[in-house]
Amino acid sequence: MALDSSLIGQVRPGGTLLVTRSRLRLFAKATGQTDPLFTDVEAARKKGHPDLPVPPTFYFGVDLEMPDALGYLREIGVDPRALLHGEQEFTYHQMAYAGDELTSSSVVADVFEKKGGALKFLVTEVPIVNQHGTTVVTMRNTLVVRELAGVKA
Amino acid sequence: MVVVTPGTALEDLVIPPISRTTLALFAGASGDHHPIHIDLDVAKSAGLDDVFAHGMLSMAYLARLLTNAFPIEKIRSYKVRFAAITPVHGRPTCTGRVREVQDVGGERQATLDLTVTLADGTVTLAGEAVVAVD
Repeated sequence: MALDSSLIGQVRPGGTLLVTRSRLRLFAKATGQTDPLFTDVEAARKKGHPDLPVPPTFYFGVDLEMPDALGYLREIGVDPRALLHGEQEFTYHQMAYAGDELTSSSVVADVFEKKGGALKFLVTEVPIVNQHGTTVVTMRNTLVVRELAGVKA
Repeated sequence: MVVVTPGTALEDLVIPPISRTTLALFAGASGDHHPIHIDLDVAKSAGLDDVFAHGMLSMAYLARLLTNAFPIEKIRSYKVRFAAITPVHGRPTCTGRVREVQDVGGERQATLDLTVTLADGTVTLAGEAVVAVD
C-alpha cells in the first residue's frame, strides 16, 4: 500500500483509553493547566460534573493508545520523521470524564498532494465512542508528509 | 465569563518558554510518543537542528484560553491549522476574539477566531471554535 487516493474509504480500528484521574492530572501538568476543574474532583463536582472532565484536545490521544501508533503509517510507506500535523478539528457531542473508556476508529476521508507531490496530505475522520457506545467526539485529522531529502532510513 | 458580542477579545494567555521537560511530560500525558519531539538524535537524523514542540501542545494551550472563558460543556467545536513549527524555548501567546454570534437550531452560538503567536510574531496556529452562549 502507498499513500495515495486508493486509501480513501479505508477503515482501521483505533485505540482504547480508560481515562484515569491521574492521566488527566498529568495532562494538566504538561499543559500548564492550573484550573482545579481539571485536577480536583471536588472542584469539578461543584461545577456540576460527575468527575474530572476530559479537556478539549485530550481526545487526540485515544487514537494513539495502541502498541505502535505509527505502524499504519509505515505500512503505507510513510517515514514517521517526515510527518507534520496540518490541521486538527474536534466536534463535541457529549462530555467525557475520568472513568470513561474511550475507543477510536478511523476512516480515510481524503488524500491529496501539493507542490507537485512534495507535500502529501492524509485526512482521516475519527469518531470516539464511550463505553456505552455513544459517540462523544468526532475528530478530523490532517497529517502532512513532507519529502525527506538526503535522509537515511 | 466574558460578555459575548462580535469583536469581544478574550484575555490573552501568555505561556512561559517551552522546555524540553514540558515536551517529555506532554509526550507521556498526550500519548504522542513520536521521538521527533523528545529525542535529539531522531530530530537530527531527519535533517533538523533540534526537536520541536508538538502542535497538539499549542492546541492544548489554546484550549485553556477557551475553558478560561467558557464552561467546557459549552464548547461545540474547535479546529486549528498548524501554520508553523514551535521551537524549543518558544513563547506562545494565545489570543481569541468573537467573530459572530448567531442562533443555530435554537441555541445562541458564538464563533471565535483563535491564534497562537510566538514572541517574534510567527503565527503557529490559526483556528476557530464555536461555543454556546447565554
